[in-house]
Amino acid sequence: MLYKSFTGGIALADRKLAESKLTTRGKAIEVCPIPEQLIIPMVQHIGTPAQPIVGVGDLVLKGQIIGQAGDFISVPIHASTSGRVTAVEPRWHSSGKELLAVVIEADGADRWDPAVEELKPELWTPDSLRQRIRAAGIVGLGGACFPTHVKLTSPADKPITTLLINGSECEPFLSADHRVLLEQTERVVDGIEILRQILAVKRVIVGIEANKEDAIARMQQCVAGRDIEVQALAVKYPQGAEQLLVAALLGLQVPNCGLPMDLGVVVHNVATAAAVSAAVRYGHPLIERVVTVSGPGITCAKNLLVRIGTPLQKLVDFCAGPRGEIAKIITGGVMTGQSQISLAAPVIPGTLALLLFGAADLPQQEAGPCIRCGRCAAVCPLHLLPTAIADCASLGRFDDAQAQHVMNCMECGCCSFLCPAYRPLVQSIRYAKAGILAQQGRA
Amino acid sequence: MLNAIVGLGQIGLVAAIALGWAAKRFAIDVDEREQAICAALPGANCGGCGFPGCASYASAIISGAAPINLCRLGGSAVVENIADIMGVKAELQAAQIAVVLCQGDNSKTTLKYRYCGLHDCNAANQLADGPKLCPSGCLGLGSCVAVCAFAAISISAQGLAQVNRSRCTGCGKCVAICPRHVIRLAPAAATTHVLCSSHDKGGVVRSYCQVGCIGCGLCRKTVPEAFIVDKFLARIDYAHADLAAAAIAICPNGCIVDFSKNFPAGSRLSSPPSLVADDGKDQH
Amino acid sequence: MAMQLNMSSSPHLHSGDTTARIMRRVIVALLPACGVAIYLFGLPALAVIVWCLLGSLAAEALCCYLSERPLTLADNSAAVTGLLLAMNLPPSAPWWLCLFGAIIAIGLGKQVFGGLGHNPFNPALVARVVLLISFPLQMTNWTAPAPLGSAIDAVSAATPLGEMKTAIMLTGQLPATSQASLSNYFIGNMPGSLGEVSALALLVGGIYLLLNRVITWEIPVSYLGTVVICSGVMWLSNAQRYPDPLFHLLTGGLMLGALFMATDMVTTPITRKGMLIFGCGCGVLTVVIRLFGGYPEGVSFAILLMNAATPLIDRYSRPQVFGYADNHGSHREQPTKRPEL
Repeated sequence: MLYKSFTGGIALADRKLAESKLTTRGKAIEVCPIPEQLIIPMVQHIGTPAQPIVGVGDLVLKGQIIGQAGDFISVPIHASTSGRVTAVEPRWHSSGKELLAVVIEADGADRWDPAVEELKPELWTPDSLRQRIRAAGIVGLGGACFPTHVKLTSPADKPITTLLINGSECEPFLSADHRVLLEQTERVVDGIEILRQILAVKRVIVGIEANKEDAIARMQQCVAGRDIEVQALAVKYPQGAEQLLVAALLGLQVPNCGLPMDLGVVVHNVATAAAVSAAVRYGHPLIERVVTVSGPGITCAKNLLVRIGTPLQKLVDFCAGPRGEIAKIITGGVMTGQSQISLAAPVIPGTLALLLFGAADLPQQEAGPCIRCGRCAAVCPLHLLPTAIADCASLGRFDDAQAQHVMNCMECGCCSFLCPAYRPLVQSIRYAKAGILAQQGRA
Repeated sequence: MLNAIVGLGQIGLVAAIALGWAAKRFAIDVDEREQAICAALPGANCGGCGFPGCASYASAIISGAAPINLCRLGGSAVVENIADIMGVKAELQAAQIAVVLCQGDNSKTTLKYRYCGLHDCNAANQLADGPKLCPSGCLGLGSCVAVCAFAAISISAQGLAQVNRSRCTGCGKCVAICPRHVIRLAPAAATTHVLCSSHDKGGVVRSYCQVGCIGCGLCRKTVPEAFIVDKFLARIDYAHADLAAAAIAICPNGCIVDFSKNFPAGSRLSSPPSLVADDGKDQH
Repeated sequence: MAMQLNMSSSPHLHSGDTTARIMRRVIVALLPACGVAIYLFGLPALAVIVWCLLGSLAAEALCCYLSERPLTLADNSAAVTGLLLAMNLPPSAPWWLCLFGAIIAIGLGKQVFGGLGHNPFNPALVARVVLLISFPLQMTNWTAPAPLGSAIDAVSAATPLGEMKTAIMLTGQLPATSQASLSNYFIGNMPGSLGEVSALALLVGGIYLLLNRVITWEIPVSYLGTVVICSGVMWLSNAQRYPDPLFHLLTGGLMLGALFMATDMVTTPITRKGMLIFGCGCGVLTVVIRLFGGYPEGVSFAILLMNAATPLIDRYSRPQVFGYADNHGSHREQPTKRPEL
């Protein structure tokens, strides 16, 4: 059966991964216990970091604002449980640096801040809903962590006609969105309706990869009679990327260096929709997310509902610890995630998964010369020439790299995955991007 | 026979007229001084003067945009030549040589992680601030080697960058490319250096490096004129560098090294370094 | 965790395919043709293969030693070059010709440009052409097949293409025997170089490469298709002078060239559109040289000429980058500036 899709990309699901034995798709979400200490970074989203407004010794309640939003592209940050602030200092972050965080010692009571309450339906207007979403600190839960309220604010000359809901979850090992679609379907649909009301769109399409048949069926059940389309997408990585979702579902290309808004389209993740519903109906800020803990290096792979700020070590402990000697720890997907140097970093809204691998599980090799096989060019979903860009980067020719549209690259990793010479193409691309930005900063 | 002579002669005449016309039509006005300066410069196009090649440095001198003593490769001989051409007084710059202010190779330091990726220090530094625990230590992946036009810097077997003092011209390209700012330019006459760049407290330094400077200040107590201790890091005051050798034995971690006597293990030098260019002082 | 972890940039997963594995698959794909060659031409063929292989491996090792670089024999590319060179030589090639060819192929065809991935021309073809021009007698000393086990001695014979060219030059017409036995040509029972005789064996190898995604269909199909079309047009215009397309496909080095030489990744375009242009260009040049040129066989020269054009083809066949499409004529607003991050 032919499903909608985009050109390029790789069919990862049928690769010889150990994933088939480790799949967590069938495992219901378990609640990860609240740790004794929560480390809540002030850098959790794209945009301006939040500023802490609590000090050492302060008592905080669950849902209380502990970090004030910066400018428009920023959201406030909330305490994930009740307790006492023991430190406001730089702590290890999953991005590999030490960044400012508020450390809370949980008191075990987990009491809600009384200010947390629903937004009454009679008060719903697009503006009040947007304000509520911002106040609740909702950011995109598909990995990019873009403040949701910004995506819901469109300039007057760009009317929004279509809302796309991203249920692709194309990376191997990840199953958080899949479980959210199965277990929180009503909440997701409610969130979609709220988003529809804010944007006043006519067309709403939910895109789900075809290998999640139970989720597709469940969604179709729940949206019956609501004028929401559910589309099955071809199982291809990186279907979950925003531009490629728009290309697959609508057949349109988001303009170069532009946004889906330029086409009158807005894309939101399914988990974000569920979080929007919780924020509006109950006033719950973003203090938890579903994280898939998986990989050949974990004893018991699970889908966990985790409080933001939980150290990664706690997740591993709750999953019966590592299996064998661990050589690599990755937060996020195995194609776009970040290698970690320890388990001290906390869970943030961008932590889609925690994956553990032994030395034999991920083949690594010294890079060889490019043999010009052309696989990277054929597989690139944005039709770039990764090997040409990598050559420019290695020679320091950042202007040439820019002419090759390196700034368009979404760093999906398809090129490096296939390269027979094991060239670190995505790393070269990142190096070129940093070089270009440095040149622009200097200019 | 006659036909051949006439024919060739005609071709020659036509060619001569054409070439003569072209020479006049496409002639470029050149300042003879600029050509003379260009001829006087070494012609290595190394970029050490800050200009992209000898020809553009020459035109910068003519236009007055640059002083005449920027060519470190050429040294005093070239500067005096240019001074003659321009009719000005020659002022020589003190010769400088790059020094890698770090001796923490893989056998002496702790790594944060096992790195696999591009062999480039700037690229590796983008991943969690680089593989070395020491935030100021040499990463040993060779960005400096790639950019050196004189093959004057190399990476030792243990992953530490080392300068070949006899080849280094002090152009400064390695200084600019190093993401950790470990390489500095120092006067060529100074042979004693403190090989550490870490400003961390002593206890922290000891946790990740066996040969790092802990900022104890003993060197400064021994030879106060030659050392400056600034935020837990000692460095040589190059105005009095010749006195610094007296403190070598006193350093508990062996951070102070005299390049005229003991070279870093594995360096390519086999004899005491001869300096590229003298510093202008009349030795005779 | 006290132990040190691996750190790299994303992606962290890899397909597992390596350069060495790709090259190994090319060697495996050439084995049927090698087998047929040894069967048809006996031990001399085996000797050519062995000398070429040894020569290439030794030349590569020597070049690595002289340029002070680590030994690169493990990526199997020298072995592939050696085997392809052997496929291009006649079975009567003496040992010194093979060694000389191997040194030219590896030294001049590859290493002098910086090693694997940097050469602009197909190394085996560079060597073949150098040998053809330097030692024309030895390189055109074709023998009729003398299968292993039979008592037949090696007898000089002309290749079908050679016969055709001679007949055209002498009489202006095709020789009477040229259409004689297409099935023989398909299996390989004809004089020629080791690799060019058996279209069947080469096809088997080619299909193996296609199924394993070592090569893609663009170059073989466009090359062979263009040959069929061009030669077909000429054949239709004058069947007495020009052979039919099937003859072209089955004789000479076309099958070898289209499946193994023109698909060499290093020297051919990297974009799919570029590969199609490359194949078409090779096809046209091959037919022109075969029908109107001085040499009976045009495949080597055609491929080398198109190798020279590869950088140009690459530049002008770049795919349109995502984000510049017309979007069905709608939505032509200026893109929103991304918020400052």
